[in-house]
Amino acid sequence: MQGINKSFVGVPALREAHFEVAHGEVHALIGQNGAGKSTLIKVLTGVYAKDSGHIEFDGREVAFPSPHAAQLAGLSTIYQEVNLVPFRSVAENVFLNREPKRFGLIDWGRMNREASALLHRLDINVDVTRPIYEYSIATQQMTALARALSTEAKLVIMDEPTSALAEQEVQTLFRVIRQLKSEGISVVFVSHRLDELYAVCDRVTVMRDGRTIEVRPMSDISRYELVSKMLGRELAEELSHRRADDGGAVPDRRPVLEATDLRRGRALDGVSLSIRSGEIVGLAGLLGSGRSETARAIFGADPPDSGTVAIDGTPLHLRSPKDAVAHKIGFAPEDRKTEGIIPQLSVRENLTLALLPHLRRHGIVDGRRQAETVDRFITAIGIKCSSPDQPIRELSGGNQQKVLLARWLCTNPKLLILDEPTRGIDVGAKRDIQVLIRQLADEGLAVLLISSELEEIIADSDRVVTLRDGRSVAELTGDQISEDALMQAMATGAAADDAGPDGTSSGSRA
Amino acid sequence: MTDRRTADPTPERGAPATPSTDGAPVAEPARGRTTLLRGGGIRHVRWTVWAQRYGALAALVVLFVYNAIDTPFFLTPQSLLFVLLRQAAPIAIVAVGMAIVIGTAGIDLSVGSVMAIAGQVGATLVLHDQPFLLAMVAALLVAAVCGLFNGTLVARFGVQPIIATLILFIAGRGIAQLITGGALQPLANPEFQWIGLARPFGVPAQVFIAVLVAVVAWLVMRLTVFGRYVLAVGGNEAASRLAGVPAARVKLLAYVISAALAGLVGLIAVSANSASDANNVGLGMELDAIAAVAVAGTPLTGGKVNVWGAVVGAVLLKLLQNTLISHGITKEVAQIIEGAVIIGALWLQRHEA
Repeated sequence: MQGINKSFVGVPALREAHFEVAHGEVHALIGQNGAGKSTLIKVLTGVYAKDSGHIEFDGREVAFPSPHAAQLAGLSTIYQEVNLVPFRSVAENVFLNREPKRFGLIDWGRMNREASALLHRLDINVDVTRPIYEYSIATQQMTALARALSTEAKLVIMDEPTSALAEQEVQTLFRVIRQLKSEGISVVFVSHRLDELYAVCDRVTVMRDGRTIEVRPMSDISRYELVSKMLGRELAEELSHRRADDGGAVPDRRPVLEATDLRRGRALDGVSLSIRSGEIVGLAGLLGSGRSETARAIFGADPPDSGTVAIDGTPLHLRSPKDAVAHKIGFAPEDRKTEGIIPQLSVRENLTLALLPHLRRHGIVDGRRQAETVDRFITAIGIKCSSPDQPIRELSGGNQQKVLLARWLCTNPKLLILDEPTRGIDVGAKRDIQVLIRQLADEGLAVLLISSELEEIIADSDRVVTLRDGRSVAELTGDQISEDALMQAMATGAAADDAGPDGTSSGSRA
Repeated sequence: MTDRRTADPTPERGAPATPSTDGAPVAEPARGRTTLLRGGGIRHVRWTVWAQRYGALAALVVLFVYNAIDTPFFLTPQSLLFVLLRQAAPIAIVAVGMAIVIGTAGIDLSVGSVMAIAGQVGATLVLHDQPFLLAMVAALLVAAVCGLFNGTLVARFGVQPIIATLILFIAGRGIAQLITGGALQPLANPEFQWIGLARPFGVPAQVFIAVLVAVVAWLVMRLTVFGRYVLAVGGNEAASRLAGVPAARVKLLAYVISAALAGLVGLIAVSANSASDANNVGLGMELDAIAAVAVAGTPLTGGKVNVWGAVVGAVLLKLLQNTLISHGITKEVAQIIEGAVIIGALWLQRHEA
């Protein structure tokens, strides 16, 4: 693929991107959210039409009009969420839409035999006549792979294939990938787990902001370099921590939150962190490292399988967000649209949603106090709306986010968890929100700040906990917080080796 | 009607909330300004907003005026109170409960069967010489338990509402028939039958009850925390949960309310008929109630509750039916026309952003 451009309603998603996979090569494709990986794959496989550029496949220039056409040409995609028909048999899923027929009827015997043979080739021995939902996710993925092989794929694209797999299943997948490679089939492997890339890939293409940043042999690039390419930071430019002035200035305060060894499925594998009142703790890590999962575990939205969450020194069992709200924890989730706003309700109703239990008198909402609260917060944090009655969906992203912040602030929380609070909002509103967060912390609020923007983490945090593969691997305080140190920690999980000057070291080492 | 300001369907920023005065009658939705500008021209948006909000009421007025002119004896208390409103009241009461369930992005198909169960329970107790109040309270409690069953399936076990309530829709009628072995039970208990036969101040009791239910429901939706929670859960359940809203309890309560109101209407029905008939009480009620809610422009996707819209919808559909029948149109054709009106209402909803 050469010079690929693609824009959505004027917003460029790909700018002169290029991508190349050799025969029998396992090629890693990595980048942050919004870097253009998925768009690139979708342009390649005919989901989107490119605006400009050239695509060559197997020596011929192509422009697949549909994913089906791409599949026929030997290009198969296996998505994160396996697209199979759960109640049909394994064999039927392998041959979906291409069932072998005899006299116009499905030739069941042949279909089952061939499906068996294909799976056998992948070293999977299952009863192909059983419905697919009875098998593990890994087997389901193998079925999807078998489907790809049966179309005589020359290139298989795997979009985060390991995200739903258990460790052992990942090994099976790797074995299959190596086998595909030995048969001359090329594989594009999209994953955020660096270990996996090094384990199975030959070369890597790094994308950022719709551009191809780097193409290198895997053996030739260090983890640190990989992360810095992804995030767009060069080793040389080392911005230091801007809040060095008061780093560690609050050592005497007791922790508001202490989370110890949180575990949940494969997403969280031992996360520990503590936050004191008046402190902003940044939670850094690559995509898929368990940042949002940590937030949801602490908030009780996805309670941890094991580990403890203590508020003000008291261990709690938060089984639902309602429990967390009752203990004065607030959480502004990452995805504002699907998990934050109630689109058709007004600014007023959205703002006071978490406060409603406190505005209640005999089950009836105290309209006067509600209006007072809403007016106060609209003025205090500068929410731009025509009136409190305006539906929130009509507001800009930044103003929606301010309403969601106000939703929690009006409950007077002790701990506020902010997952990507400034994503997708304009610069002005972003600045407002950052200033607001600092003000609140100065007034004694404990804040857990999740962001994939290093600048934001560095500029706003007093302390940074770094996650890698669902584990808290490093903790940086005050002057230690730098892009360099953060990237080291994200990549290898062994940056700053000593605890901060304040002496809190809970879980800083995995 | 829910708080109009919060449930405002205005899709265009700054579009005036005042209805435009030049809207075409809702009965002819396909006429006139249908130029579909992408993003919606101001004029077009105004028209559909107006039609969504007041379309059912406008249609009711048009139909009413037409009948006043064309139908003999239409404008008599006998015809209005004892035919139209008395017939519409049960549908309106059930539709109010249905509107709340639909507000949580659910649906309740079991209301007709719950009516039959409650009617049977009440009638059986009265016929066994139990005090009429006990009979009524027991019937309402049994109905509420049915709602608890529906709500538990939906809220605790995550069963799709249409499936969850289909269970009682089917099984409920069987249960009702089992209570008396399916036999018709004639009733003659004036106290018990007050809600179906009495006419305080010359108005049928069920009309009073319907108005009372609607007023209370309207106030609950407008003023209470529960009302806000219904809209929040129906509008975005994931976000509501993350804001600490007890989403499961809210949904559970919505189904209990719907079933209890259905139970009340079951009592009205057996009282008015002076007989409890497990086979026929509440037959088709679920569809009438859903139609009444839908005709008023309430989206079935949840997040909105329009109590008065449901009431207007119930009266509109009843009047439409009666008008067609009184003009010698056969029942079969009348049903087709009713279907067309509902399609018209859905057509209006389609425009919502």
